[in-house]
Amino acid sequence: MDPRTTVINERLKRIGRIIAVSSGKGGVGKSLVATTLALALSRRGCKVGLFDLDFTSPSTHLIMGVKDVQPKEDKGIVPPVVKGLEYMSLVYYSADYTTPLRGADVSNALIELLSVTLWSALDFLVIDMPPGIGDAVLDLIRLVKRIEFLIVTTPSQLAFETVKKLVSLLQNLKVPIIGVVENMKMSKAKSIRRQTETLGLKFLAEIPYDLKVEGAIGDEAKLLDTVLAQKVKEIAKGITEIARN
Amino acid sequence: MHEWALAEAIITAAQQIAEKEKLHEIKEVTIKIGELQQVEEDILCFALSQLKPASFKNAEFHIAKAKTTLKCRVCGNTWLFSKNKLDEDTAEAIHFVPEVAHAYIKCPKCGSPDFEITEGRGVWLENIKGVR
Repeated sequence: MDPRTTVINERLKRIGRIIAVSSGKGGVGKSLVATTLALALSRRGCKVGLFDLDFTSPSTHLIMGVKDVQPKEDKGIVPPVVKGLEYMSLVYYSADYTTPLRGADVSNALIELLSVTLWSALDFLVIDMPPGIGDAVLDLIRLVKRIEFLIVTTPSQLAFETVKKLVSLLQNLKVPIIGVVENMKMSKAKSIRRQTETLGLKFLAEIPYDLKVEGAIGDEAKLLDTVLAQKVKEIAKGITEIARN
Repeated sequence: MHEWALAEAIITAAQQIAEKEKLHEIKEVTIKIGELQQVEEDILCFALSQLKPASFKNAEFHIAKAKTTLKCRVCGNTWLFSKNKLDEDTAEAIHFVPEVAHAYIKCPKCGSPDFEITEGRGVWLENIKGVR
């Protein structure tokens, strides 16, 4: 028997809410939204952790400009505090090397990190998920009892078709969905909003395509000054108000 | 000291099995440790002795070490993992998350990082014996 899975919910028990930021496909800005959401919640005075589970293409460390930090080892792994967030990523161990992982390896690495990471008492743990409905999504649903999802899409119908599949999976498994964010919006079309509401989900925000974002990569202060961040701060406000009520 | 977190998982899993099997007193717990994770046996044993609950008071912990076998998915080559070929930082990274071996180790025959860890990855609870 693999003993590691038995302690995962014990490790997470001091965390208020666990939010997996997910998408049906890649390239929709999921990692940017996840990182900005974690920073915005933190700036509202919440204790927040950010966990990058996009093992094969991690990017949250690049978005925040994380350098020269490592977790501490103390009867487990204690994530360092980076930009006000308790921050965990496989990059501490894989560095900048390409790390090709098949499904079983993704599951094993995910179980390892969930079972040995010692988070403190947090209000929120934001998880940057890999895109799609692969092993990491299925494992998190299986292993983390209180997981809830926030879904990022673009105005593209191609992206939203993949969101429908993710939503169908989550709804069938009765996993809570906070809502859908439409990122990189370049028109006034309401199609994604309408389709989101037809699925019975909350439409959280439309984020205009923001040219400033690329120049803010690696600098969290600049990132929090973008239009994207203004929209994500509104989402964070809504989430904290739900948490308080 | 990450061995403590693994020891806690072993005790929790063994307790769950004992409860399911209605074992009141645990006599023996057999644990398998894969070489790839390079778990420090002394620290693990100490942590187990400190963490064990009353029903494990007289339990003996047996630890069996398993060699790590890697099999290339591209050319089919099979080889044994050796810590001696790694520098200290790499060995430590693999100790924390054995899957990052895919970032550092390549098939010695064809150079592919696409290999399977067929045996000896990490910690495994092999067997538990007790009194009903």
